[in-house]
Amino acid sequence: MSIPSLEIKNLSISFGVGRSGVLAVDRANFRVGSGEAFGIIGESGSGKSTILRAITGLHDNYDGDVLIDGQMAPRPRNRDFFKTVQMVFQDPYSSLHPRRMIRATLMEPLEIYGLDRRDARIAQALSDVGLAPEYAYRYPHQLSGGQRQRVAVARALLLEPRILLLDEPTSALDVSVQAGVLNVLNALRRARGLTYVMVSHDLRVVAHMCSRIAVMTHGRIVEELSVEDLRAQRAEEPYTRTLIAASRAAVTAD
Amino acid sequence: MTDPLLEVRNLRVAYPSAHGYSDALRGISFTLGREKLGIVGESGSGKSTAGRAIMRLLPAKARVTADVLRLSDVDLLAARESEMRDIRGGRVAMILQDPRYALNPLKTAGSQIMESYRIHTKASRAEARDRMLAMLEDVHIHNPGRVAGLYPHELSGGMGQRVMIAMMLIASPEIVIADEPTSALDVTVRGQILEILNERVEAQGAGLILISHDLPLVSDFCDRVLVMYGGQVMEELAARDLSRARHPYTVSLHASLPPLDHAVEELIVPEYDPSWLTETTNEHPKP
Amino acid sequence: MDAPATPARESLRDWLQAPTANSPRQARAQVVWRGWLRLISNRAALAGLVVLALLVALAAVGPWLTPYSALGQDLGTRLQPPSALHWLGTDDLGRDILTRILHGARITLMMALLVAAIAGPVGLAVGATAGYLGGWFDIVSMRLVDIFLSFPSLILALAFVAALGPGIENAVIAISLSAWPPIARLARAEALTVRKSDYIAAARLQGASSMRLILKHVMPICLPSVVVRVTLNMAGIILTAAGLGFLGLGAQPPSPEWGAMLASGRQFMLTSWWLAATPGAAIMLVSLSFNLLGDGLRDVLDPRND
Repeated sequence: MSIPSLEIKNLSISFGVGRSGVLAVDRANFRVGSGEAFGIIGESGSGKSTILRAITGLHDNYDGDVLIDGQMAPRPRNRDFFKTVQMVFQDPYSSLHPRRMIRATLMEPLEIYGLDRRDARIAQALSDVGLAPEYAYRYPHQLSGGQRQRVAVARALLLEPRILLLDEPTSALDVSVQAGVLNVLNALRRARGLTYVMVSHDLRVVAHMCSRIAVMTHGRIVEELSVEDLRAQRAEEPYTRTLIAASRAAVTAD
Repeated sequence: MTDPLLEVRNLRVAYPSAHGYSDALRGISFTLGREKLGIVGESGSGKSTAGRAIMRLLPAKARVTADVLRLSDVDLLAARESEMRDIRGGRVAMILQDPRYALNPLKTAGSQIMESYRIHTKASRAEARDRMLAMLEDVHIHNPGRVAGLYPHELSGGMGQRVMIAMMLIASPEIVIADEPTSALDVTVRGQILEILNERVEAQGAGLILISHDLPLVSDFCDRVLVMYGGQVMEELAARDLSRARHPYTVSLHASLPPLDHAVEELIVPEYDPSWLTETTNEHPKP
Repeated sequence: MDAPATPARESLRDWLQAPTANSPRQARAQVVWRGWLRLISNRAALAGLVVLALLVALAAVGPWLTPYSALGQDLGTRLQPPSALHWLGTDDLGRDILTRILHGARITLMMALLVAAIAGPVGLAVGATAGYLGGWFDIVSMRLVDIFLSFPSLILALAFVAALGPGIENAVIAISLSAWPPIARLARAEALTVRKSDYIAAARLQGASSMRLILKHVMPICLPSVVVRVTLNMAGIILTAAGLGFLGLGAQPPSPEWGAMLASGRQFMLTSWWLAATPGAAIMLVSLSFNLLGDGLRDVLDPRND
């Protein structure tokens, strides 16, 4: 079997120390192949976003292994790692610096990594997410939520990473706007062969985006299933069934 | 047919802007009986403004006009502020999105429910306490005594929303306006909360306005649905007919949702047609 | 009338008010322009700004406006009340008070600006770094701040001047030493609110170093409240400077510093009120202007207004 792009082994994360510590993630394991879209679904407090923060090193107090192409991710994470793995945050209203022009935000990784043709790269990155080049000269408060999230995707892709972590990227958006952002993400993945790990509480979104899905509750991955099984409601775990039933409840009208 | 609980005709709300007034609501009309009416729309559609306009909770700078805005026997536009205080919470109750922000963090759940009851009735403390415990039981809280003594931060989202429902329905209002009551909750809890809300509203014979962005949820729960866009009602239809909606906005909104039971290559992104809005200019000069 | 000028002004206005910017320069200019419009639409702030602008102009050209010298004594005309010749009267050594006030404006403004230029950046840098980094740097710097803050600032400045010796330069140093800690406190509080924010996390994921994060991400967030606080503090700085002058520890006679003028006018308060009243009024007017401007700036720079 080929080496997975991203592998999580026995990942445990706790907040606080000693007896007052809370185990947010309890021995999570999963592997994501190159070019695959993997979903993690769970409700608030299930620990799904914490896993992403541990992978990126934003939360670096974890036990277990994070492997990129079979190699242990360095601790602390270094610049080579960030060239491979990038993340899109949940709330586009807080993930862009409110006082910096979009151009400055997008220029940042190019400056840090000393890349050339900066304005051309920024224009290209914006057009990849469906925004005109003039958007570089706006400030975040001049953009809608969907446009901000597109900028956040453009920023994450400027370093041409192979793995993109998506933390509920559309949960703060209207469904009509969500459709556009999800289409952009899917098109980019297909065009560039990106590997996605997407976290969401919305079964519809995860089913639309991902081929394999892990179900998390109370810090544990209770089940991993294919999207086909999910759609056909072939779940083993009672919790997964509850989740599917709750998400389907409102679909009966279809 | 009995008289409607609430009648709204040509309700308009405008806010002052740099160039005169800018409209948030552009002439919406509907009536509400003892039924469940859904108001669906995306952000900026004016759906929450409508709920707040009925409660007269909009900021003072908003300009609210209507041909009719009537709560059975009361003209809500002409009512004095003191009358409105009796109406709010007493005759019209409002349930908000996040109980953690809507409840007073420094008071226990029980005392807040009791307070809400005693403001609108002349009940004694003991009476209010009995009523409060009974109400908590009505919203399916198994040990009301314990929950009554908890502070809002000690309640889970679902529990908080039950307390909120108990607090809002204890004075037996005629109309309940629920503004995104389940958006802050986990999917597995949403159903229970809506079920409780449904049960209480039907038991008390109140009318319900459910304001939400969630088209499937509203069509599942309500009898009738108003679909709003740009401060106007695009379409009004019976909830069970939603899949047969005719207005292009409703159709595309429905289609932009990722389907759960089959795969699609690409999602449909709604496109907006300015001709949907009968009044095309969004700003008009001060009169 | 001036046909060629009008289109140019029109196009500049269009350029500034265009709904979307087409270059980084235009985008930045538009931000400044909108802030400016908001500032001048606030009457109190505008009043403060106008008085300060006038004061700066007078301080710059004032000495050429009056025929008198600020230091030259003329005992023949001592203690004259305000008249057509001496608009604000003369002092006990026959010097024209208006002339001295105008010269003193230079000293006062220079001291205030120097203190702001020292205390502002130092407070911002220490506070932003402490708030962002946390850990031992935070503990050490904030305990230091606590020590400074546990003394009233005038007492602290007095102690420093006593140690350094009287004089304007030493007064500036002493006031700066007592002025930076509250600013550091403020900047730290702002930094604490943003250190966990998603945009800082996003920048960290782009490989940004701590130095870069503090300079380019945290400080711009702290800057507006620091600017507002420094502006509001200007009044206090001017009062402290005048206080030191009054106590004979700041500017030394015969320097026309307002505090020193007030001190020397004190003994004639009952007979010649204008000696003490005029520098006192000048101090009050400038302090008030800075406060009004600071309040206006707070409204303009508050991001919630965007």
